[in-house]
Amino acid sequence: MKQLTALQQQGRRSNSFRSNSSPLDATVDGAIKSPATIFWLFLHGLCCLISLVLGFRFSRLVFFLLFSASPSPSTTTIYSALRTTLPTVSSPPERNVSVDSGGSRVVVGRHGILIRPWPHPDPAEVMKAHRIIERVQAEQRSQYGVKNPRTVIAITPTYVRTFQTLHLTGVMHSLMNVRYDLVWIVVEAGGTTNETASLIAKSGLKTIHIGVDAKIPLLWEDRHKVESRMRLHALRIVREKKLDGIVMFADDSNMHSLELFDEIQNVKWIGAVSVGILAHSGGSEEGDLLMQESDADEKDEKKSKLPVQGPACNASGNLAGWHTFDTQPFVERSAIYIGDRAVVLPRKLEWAGFVLNSRLVWEDVEGKPVWVKDLVEIGKDGEDIESPLSLLKDTSVVEPLGSCGRKILLWWLRVEARADSKFPASWIIDPPLDITIPAKRTPWPDTPPELPAYVEEVTTIPENTEKRPTKSGSKRKRSSRSKRKHNAKVLDIRASTKHAGDN
Amino acid sequence: MEFSTFGFLLIALFTSTAGAEGIDHRGTRTERISGSAGDVLDDDPVGKLKVYVYELPSKYNKKVLRKDPRCLAHMFGAEIYMHQFLLTSAVRTLNPDEADWYYTPVYATCDLGPNGLPLPFKAPRMMRSAIQYISARWPYWNRTEGADHFFLVPHDFGACFHYQEERAIKRGILPLFQRSTLAQTFGQRNHVCLNDGSITIPPYAPPEKIMSHLIPPDTPRSIFVYFRGLFYDVDNDPEGGYYARGARASIWENFKNNPLFDISTDHPTTYYEDMQRGIFCLCPLGWAPWSPRLVEAVIFGCIPVIIADDIVLPFADAIPWEEIGVFVAEKDVPYLDTILTSIPADVILRKQRLLANPSMKRAMLFPQPAQSGDAFHQILNGLARKLPHDKRIYLKPGEKVLNWTAGAVGDLKPW
Repeated sequence: MKQLTALQQQGRRSNSFRSNSSPLDATVDGAIKSPATIFWLFLHGLCCLISLVLGFRFSRLVFFLLFSASPSPSTTTIYSALRTTLPTVSSPPERNVSVDSGGSRVVVGRHGILIRPWPHPDPAEVMKAHRIIERVQAEQRSQYGVKNPRTVIAITPTYVRTFQTLHLTGVMHSLMNVRYDLVWIVVEAGGTTNETASLIAKSGLKTIHIGVDAKIPLLWEDRHKVESRMRLHALRIVREKKLDGIVMFADDSNMHSLELFDEIQNVKWIGAVSVGILAHSGGSEEGDLLMQESDADEKDEKKSKLPVQGPACNASGNLAGWHTFDTQPFVERSAIYIGDRAVVLPRKLEWAGFVLNSRLVWEDVEGKPVWVKDLVEIGKDGEDIESPLSLLKDTSVVEPLGSCGRKILLWWLRVEARADSKFPASWIIDPPLDITIPAKRTPWPDTPPELPAYVEEVTTIPENTEKRPTKSGSKRKRSSRSKRKHNAKVLDIRASTKHAGDN
Repeated sequence: MEFSTFGFLLIALFTSTAGAEGIDHRGTRTERISGSAGDVLDDDPVGKLKVYVYELPSKYNKKVLRKDPRCLAHMFGAEIYMHQFLLTSAVRTLNPDEADWYYTPVYATCDLGPNGLPLPFKAPRMMRSAIQYISARWPYWNRTEGADHFFLVPHDFGACFHYQEERAIKRGILPLFQRSTLAQTFGQRNHVCLNDGSITIPPYAPPEKIMSHLIPPDTPRSIFVYFRGLFYDVDNDPEGGYYARGARASIWENFKNNPLFDISTDHPTTYYEDMQRGIFCLCPLGWAPWSPRLVEAVIFGCIPVIIADDIVLPFADAIPWEEIGVFVAEKDVPYLDTILTSIPADVILRKQRLLANPSMKRAMLFPQPAQSGDAFHQILNGLARKLPHDKRIYLKPGEKVLNWTAGAVGDLKPW
């Protein structure tokens, strides 16, 4: 038996080393051509022929049937599976116990592969595992993360418009995921409204909702100025209420990464982070610009085409200057008024890229550095405060964050619908529309053939959605079928008249 | 056994004087490792023992290495680095009469095939020839028949010198080593290839490579169970059940659909980084019960889940492995997920604190140049703990215990 198995087993190294091992094996095993050897060789050959005929290696089954004396453990709940097509049997180890001395439980040889009856995850265990993971991560944070985290004070200027819900929900969700204490100051132009209030109430965060008596103007230039005034107003609130923490400016259409909130905990007085500027808005004109840029990209991959605003450091890691936004390439095509389809440009340095220690804006607090101006002196004449740097007498004290500005922690973007665009209040259609006009073409693809086949291009005729002039405008441009254009126009007009009635 | 801040300060003192490089332990909560013999990992062997290194002809060591420098990087490299360490160590003595332990530098595992795996067929003859050399030239071997000599045999089954377990068992440990102390990576209780009194050492893992893949410790650990390696050895055991005694195949079949188990046969370039993002790292047996995975798991702070019945882990008398790792019997592998998820979170955090202890990580590595507390020193500590030698090992003149003609016939051929 041993001889047979010895002949059967393959060496662990490749067969080319058989020559190396066989003289040794020959001497070790002392194999001489004896009748026993010949008999086993013959039996082995016979078994091989039978296996060839049958199509599988039947030796395991034979051995099981012949030597099923040793009981296999706990076959009731666990059954062993073999990788052949044999029915699942549990096979005892074929070879003898390896150790003579000591009575080891561990046997050498072929074992069954134990598989439990339902090898799939148990939901309760998965939940337990997730709780373990959370606990481990909380421990990691407490060990390696920020000690003594400070409250984050987020200032967001906003006003009621079509895309307000879209942008504000994004900021809201980012802030809801922040692991530190948070105070959200929402400054609204045109006074506080129920719409905004109901939206931010969904966040569950501590919010301060204040209104400013200005209306957002139509031109972007003026809008930037009004927003700066709104932010200053919020800083005055911070000063009045003596809110303690780190002030950051979360504009409602920006995108923030959660690493930002971890990084700003490191600020001492005033810090700057790098902001990625997404200065492309939708529209086919931009497509050409993108194409050119991507060609250049292929040649020079190291340069990132994304404009970045933020601190610039010298070799020793100290603040040396600023990366600002270069308006040169965009100067002809920049947006002038809100809802313009052109690129909206940021200013030289955006407020969003700065974080302040709230004590900088407090009244008399000891330890306040000498290089900061008092808040009341700024903006009182209505001059335009472009960035928090105006708060400082000496701009070299700004701390660069995010490994000296190398990490981009938030992205700046301005996308707005037309200023006169209409949308349902709070985005709820109430009462529901009661007039339904049958569509000229149905959006369902598998309908009877009286309808035209090219249904993919069909715009889901905007019956239940409000008119979005910018979007449908571009669609009108892209669609090549005059008939559809005409129909779209017709239905749009109908829809808009209906909406005018509803609103 | 949790010590208060005093214990922590003590550890901080030790670690700061020891000067651990690369491992950041500022403010890390670690725990003292109190082994069965006390806090022995920080023992300094210098002054406790003297080692004499035999000068062998270079055919036993240098020439072998020169022929194949791959030996320096594989997991059996401990024998080479131990020799280099002892040559310049403070425990080395040039006067053999005052030595407590005698070391014979033979690089027996350095005979590599084209795929880089060692062929141990000539190793017994090489060892025999070395022993014949030293017994002829110095009187110290015959004085005790090797009882105060030690050898490093880091191969799969130690001094049984074969990679297949049955062959290795049949050969047994080289008879000439019967009275010597063996430092080997293989360890399994009640196994022919492990003598009582052997020192189990960790396999060699290149320290610079490991240290260059460290990620910041605040990266959250998000992988519950991590494993990369073979489940079926298709070249040598296509049906399974033989390789790893079926345990690895069982892991695959039971948990391939389980999202908590990140297991596959991939060879990702981010292997070390991924281990640092794992909470549990599986260390199942393969053809032999030991593997460098244990070393890697300890260095990267991933709790090792050891699936190898009766295994003896490195420095088992100094390191309380039961408190650091999780031991799962091979028959319990199908219930691995239940076992791991039912470990209380405090226990898991405690294990992670023990793993974070820098002396634990140092004890697993063979750095060049050697540092205090590293694996070289732990081997010396192990040897020092066996001192003083029992008077009975010294044989009377003319007394012979070893049978020089025992063993396989092929091993008796001169090398």
